[in-house]
Amino acid sequence: MGKFRKEGKKEVPQVSTSSLPDIVYMLIFFFMITTSMRDVELKVKTAMPKATEIQKLERKALVSSIYIGPPRDSKLGTESRIQLDDSFARTTDIADWIQKERDSRSEADRPLLTTALKVHKDTRMGVVTDVKQELRKVGAFRINYTTLKGSALEN
Amino acid sequence: MARKTPEINSSSQADIAFLLLCFFLMTTSMDVDYGITRRLPPPVEQNDEDVKVKERNVMNVMVNKSDRLLVNGRPMDISLLKDEAKRFMTPRPGDETAPEVETKTFDLVGDVLMSKGVISLQNDRGTSYAMYISVQNELARAFNEMKEDLAWKKFHKHLDQLTEDQTKAINEAVPVRVSEAEPVVY
Repeated sequence: MGKFRKEGKKEVPQVSTSSLPDIVYMLIFFFMITTSMRDVELKVKTAMPKATEIQKLERKALVSSIYIGPPRDSKLGTESRIQLDDSFARTTDIADWIQKERDSRSEADRPLLTTALKVHKDTRMGVVTDVKQELRKVGAFRINYTTLKGSALEN
Repeated sequence: MARKTPEINSSSQADIAFLLLCFFLMTTSMDVDYGITRRLPPPVEQNDEDVKVKERNVMNVMVNKSDRLLVNGRPMDISLLKDEAKRFMTPRPGDETAPEVETKTFDLVGDVLMSKGVISLQNDRGTSYAMYISVQNELARAFNEMKEDLAWKKFHKHLDQLTEDQTKAINEAVPVRVSEAEPVVY
């Protein structure tokens, strides 16, 4: 009988954790592929207004963003400023910037380039109009007013 | 006797992997951007003659610097703008005050009675961006509702259930005729 006593004391076997790294790696690869690192450090506030008639911005690689809003640093005042890439800019800098954005894309993608305007809701239209005029001059006609989802009447 | 190489302890592999995972979890931004897509008109030549548009064909929408709306000279609340735009763009043959109408033929949808109306949007430099987007949104909503109506009439389907060709036909039959006035320099 002693022979069997050992078997009678059944222990639940430890869950094997050897596959844990594999699972985690799988998750890593998922995030590595889906990730798009925040490419710019925002220097302006961009609390965007809401709208309902909106479309999804397809193909992020073909979108270049112009940020307009009051500076985050309150020492710089509350007047809306334009941010291109990582720094403040003036309307006159936009033409060069668009050219630079075009050059960084392949020939075939250039006509599909969209300029996303990420504008703070309290911004006055004067700045936005100037930017739009500048975009028209350089032929960047495809624009997108980036907004949040929600009723536009609440803006 | 060859000494056995001790196996590398792999128990920390999971920790390393977790570390990497945390990094990517934090840096990832899955937010998808949405927005109102528009096409800017090409710049106008300086000496280009103004295109004459009949007064009855234009609906003037003006927004002043305190975000008040003026439609054809009358003040209006933004909540009524969509219906007003839709009423204006809906073809009404025989009505002298309404925009002119014309019948055009398109693939798939056939003959469509179209209004020649144009909505002209003008804003002040002091208009807030939020108001501008609201107005753009309401106008877009008017056109989208008209597209939806036509899609239901012609195909008995909702706009988002149409095939690609059908959507294209509807978009051609209901063009978004919003023109933004050239900014005025005072």
